[in-house]
Amino acid sequence: MLECCDPINASHSQRLIMNLTLVVLVPFLGAALTGWVSRYGRLRSAWMAGAVTALALACLLPSLPVPFTGEPLIQRLPWMPGLGLDLVFRLDGLGLLFAMMILGIGLLVIIYARYYLDADDCMGRFYAYLLLFMGSMLGIVLAENLILLLMFWELTSLSSFLLISYWRHRQDARQGARMALTVTGLGGLALLGGFLLLGEIAGSYELSVILASGEAIRAHPLYSPMLVLVLLGAFTKSAQFPFHFWLPRAMAAPTPVSAYLHSATMVKAGIFLLARLFPALSGTPLWSVLVMSAGLATLLIGAWIALFKHDLKGLLAYSTVSHLGLITLLFGIGTPLAAVAGVFHIINHATFKASLFMAAGIIDHECGTRDMRRINGLWHFMPYTATLAMVASASMAGVPLFNGFLSKEMFFAEAANFFDLSTWSWVLPVTVVIASALAVAYSLRFIHDVFFNGEPHDLQRTPHEPPHWMKVPVEILVAICLLVGIFPGFTVEPLLAVAADSVLQCNSPAHDLAIWHGFNSAFAMSVIALLGGLLIYAARRPLFMIAARHEGLIDAGVLFGRTQQAVIGAARAVTTAFDTGSLQRLVALLLIGALGLGAVGLLGVSAPLTGTATLVPADGISLIVALGLGAGAIATTVLHRQRFTALIVVGVLGLLIALIFAKFSAPDLALTQLSVEVVTIVLLLLALYFLPQHTPAESSRVRRVRDLGLAAIAGLGTTALAWGILTRPGATISGYFLDNSVPGGGGSNVVNVILVDFRGFDTLGEITVLALAGLGIYAMLKGLRLPGMTLDPSGRPWNWDLHPTIMAALTRLLLPLALLVSAFIFLRGHNQPGGGFIAGLITAVALIMQYLTNGVEWTHRRLHGNMHPVIASGLLVGTLTGMASFVFGHPFLTSTFSHVHWPLVGDFELASAMAFDLGVYLVVVGSTLLILIHLGLMRSAATQERD
Amino acid sequence: MEALISILIGVLTACGVYLVLRARTFPVVMGLTLLSYGVNLFLFATGRLTIGQPAVISAQAPGYADPLPQALVLTAIVISFAMTAFVIMLSLKARAELGNDHVDGHADEEEHS
Repeated sequence: MLECCDPINASHSQRLIMNLTLVVLVPFLGAALTGWVSRYGRLRSAWMAGAVTALALACLLPSLPVPFTGEPLIQRLPWMPGLGLDLVFRLDGLGLLFAMMILGIGLLVIIYARYYLDADDCMGRFYAYLLLFMGSMLGIVLAENLILLLMFWELTSLSSFLLISYWRHRQDARQGARMALTVTGLGGLALLGGFLLLGEIAGSYELSVILASGEAIRAHPLYSPMLVLVLLGAFTKSAQFPFHFWLPRAMAAPTPVSAYLHSATMVKAGIFLLARLFPALSGTPLWSVLVMSAGLATLLIGAWIALFKHDLKGLLAYSTVSHLGLITLLFGIGTPLAAVAGVFHIINHATFKASLFMAAGIIDHECGTRDMRRINGLWHFMPYTATLAMVASASMAGVPLFNGFLSKEMFFAEAANFFDLSTWSWVLPVTVVIASALAVAYSLRFIHDVFFNGEPHDLQRTPHEPPHWMKVPVEILVAICLLVGIFPGFTVEPLLAVAADSVLQCNSPAHDLAIWHGFNSAFAMSVIALLGGLLIYAARRPLFMIAARHEGLIDAGVLFGRTQQAVIGAARAVTTAFDTGSLQRLVALLLIGALGLGAVGLLGVSAPLTGTATLVPADGISLIVALGLGAGAIATTVLHRQRFTALIVVGVLGLLIALIFAKFSAPDLALTQLSVEVVTIVLLLLALYFLPQHTPAESSRVRRVRDLGLAAIAGLGTTALAWGILTRPGATISGYFLDNSVPGGGGSNVVNVILVDFRGFDTLGEITVLALAGLGIYAMLKGLRLPGMTLDPSGRPWNWDLHPTIMAALTRLLLPLALLVSAFIFLRGHNQPGGGFIAGLITAVALIMQYLTNGVEWTHRRLHGNMHPVIASGLLVGTLTGMASFVFGHPFLTSTFSHVHWPLVGDFELASAMAFDLGVYLVVVGSTLLILIHLGLMRSAATQERD
Repeated sequence: MEALISILIGVLTACGVYLVLRARTFPVVMGLTLLSYGVNLFLFATGRLTIGQPAVISAQAPGYADPLPQALVLTAIVISFAMTAFVIMLSLKARAELGNDHVDGHADEEEHS
């Protein structure tokens, strides 16, 4: 295959300036900025978007000459070295060509959209999405690493979804966007698989390596699956048959978006991929069959449907599909000259199609419709726009002197050369000529129907020429069409040559971009196509009738819709099978599932249940505590309908659990359990005030038996599991913590050192959860009104003494003492049982006691009730302590400590972990109080309402 | 001792499971509380049972209990509290919005309050 040439050495030149990274990142940063400035006037966002694009272009400029030296520029910025993934970008001819098109046409689209969008369209959002998309596209064309390329690939899917659904109030826009996202997203998934295979085959994800090892890749046994997956990605993105259906439906987007996505960018990403991987993947029969057949089918079907579309944008959409098929076909043919023609047609299609979409947008804007059966004779109203559109259409048709002609001639020549190769080879040139004749016909229809062919029918307004600056982008593009078409050698040749070199990875074969090549087969095909197009257009009426009868015949979109409905239906069926709106049912299913999985896990186990460890003998007190606990748990269950009684028993259980912790060498846990228990019971008591005091007996007997069965199985299972673990000798990783607690963490209480130092990051997460729970509860209780009760279930007044004097006086006296204990527990926490969690809970309990005995009002006069700043400062202290270690060049939350000598007190240790513990303390105090105070406030509100 | 703890874990779990399956919010919350006792005890027990050897470093200590499960359980206790608080507030909110305390949001029978 690529027998042509001496390969260009891929060099890993390292530059200090990271301008390629900037080219990609500037649009992303600019997107946020653009969205933001639109608050200060919608036009500012247009200026900002333009400036951002110009800046990205300016960042590209210094590297502009590099690809012309024949050597790619590669810039690397370490990103995730552990995964071997760097921000590595590559600028070669192909990347340069695409980057120029993305930025250049992007700039024109930005100017155009400024005049296109209505006053009630949000401009900031539009330009922000556009810049996001632009950055993603630049990432694709400049990426050196396949994984990086894929990330930007997916980003284009996402950002194009946002762009297509920009008019989100329109259903067709939302549907079109969803379809585009699904199809290209699925393709992206296939591409991921293909890239992973490719990377493994080549031994590297870097393009430099992959492009140089084409032989090995093609010879690899995994070549075929890899190629199919990669092509799936490319074909879905470039709307190749049978995945073409999303593209016409994406026309629900604003026209500037269509002009951008469907000329130079989105759909060209798939083509770009074909061109990029051309040296590595092409040249096998499989490649030729797959790529050529997809291209040929798309070329013909697109051109056929385009002719019969009455919607202006619909015609352009299918014409785009057809031209994408043409380029794909060229890469499928696979000769070096075909590849050159493919690259050339990428440029030409981008210019004439962008200008045609813009012209269509102008016509839509001026007429209020895009239906070609109503828009006629616009020549009289807008001759200037008509001229521009006619030039672009002529280029699309492949008329000499316009740029489309040149690449089409090369295409014809390649198709004609193919003719000699095999018996069925006549199919290709013949189909190509038919498709080109159709292209001539639909281009003719575009011009004739819109600008001539009688008078316009029932338009809402009288069309006239658009604002000057709306035409400027079209003028520029049309000028390029003409300049390239007439003086190809002076204009496009250098860029084309360098781009083709990088596609082929060697010096491209000699090609002559002249308009006149003499009477050869390509010229004959051109003439036949032009004349045939005229004939088809002349005979269009019977053809229209045939087409109307078979409309929608080859539309995979219908199939897509049906599949989508089926998937949604299946999902809904599964959901309704499990979720009937009953929590009881769901909980039971969850438990059955968990028990079932546990049973499955035990199936193959042959080991005995009881292990070999020496057991701890039981003593009398432990036995009593255990009996009390067991009896209490059962009592709670039996008495659960007497809610108050059951709650008191639960409180006792919590205290007994604390005793167990104390017995088995866990003083920290005992302290925590003790203080949490107090807070929990106070909380539940307060809540119970607003709930019924009894649970009605409503469970059926069957239900109770079922639940008892589930409970028994769960209980037996956990008992067996616990017994199995406890009777086996333990192997623990705690040796490290025990050894390093004092020398590394500066504290002798290992549990506390683990919490604030070794596993400090976990603790930070946990206090964040606590803070969120507190804030969530605050949000739920805000504005909540529940009626309280005056009488208790026995008919006695609920409360005869709100603030008992003795208790009130006592708690006031106890407050400083309790706070002192809390401070003591906090300070000693690093070395003795204690720490931020426990100290926080003790402080919370001490303050809650004030609320309980003295009332909310009394307490609020003395203590500010707003706990949000406390929680926030706690999180802030914790995070800042962690970040402080950055300053010293250590990872997040690295702790340090030293001993200072305080007069009178003696040696005192200061650890940075203590500051972190302070954060824990503050969050615990803040969240606990926030929850209880607001519940209490609700209660006093209910009491006052009653009074 | 191991047998005692294993049975306790089982009893707490069984009672918790039974209560979690009830139809009214308050018993469910109590069931969750019992379940979290059982789970905390289970996690704690994975460090094996050690008497009189807290994990506080000193020269005289003959050995230490496993500190890692203790650290995990300590935060688990606090998080269980946050969860209990959240669920009970959710049940209050449900009572206010729906007018009853059935977990499915509809009262099967008349309430006896």
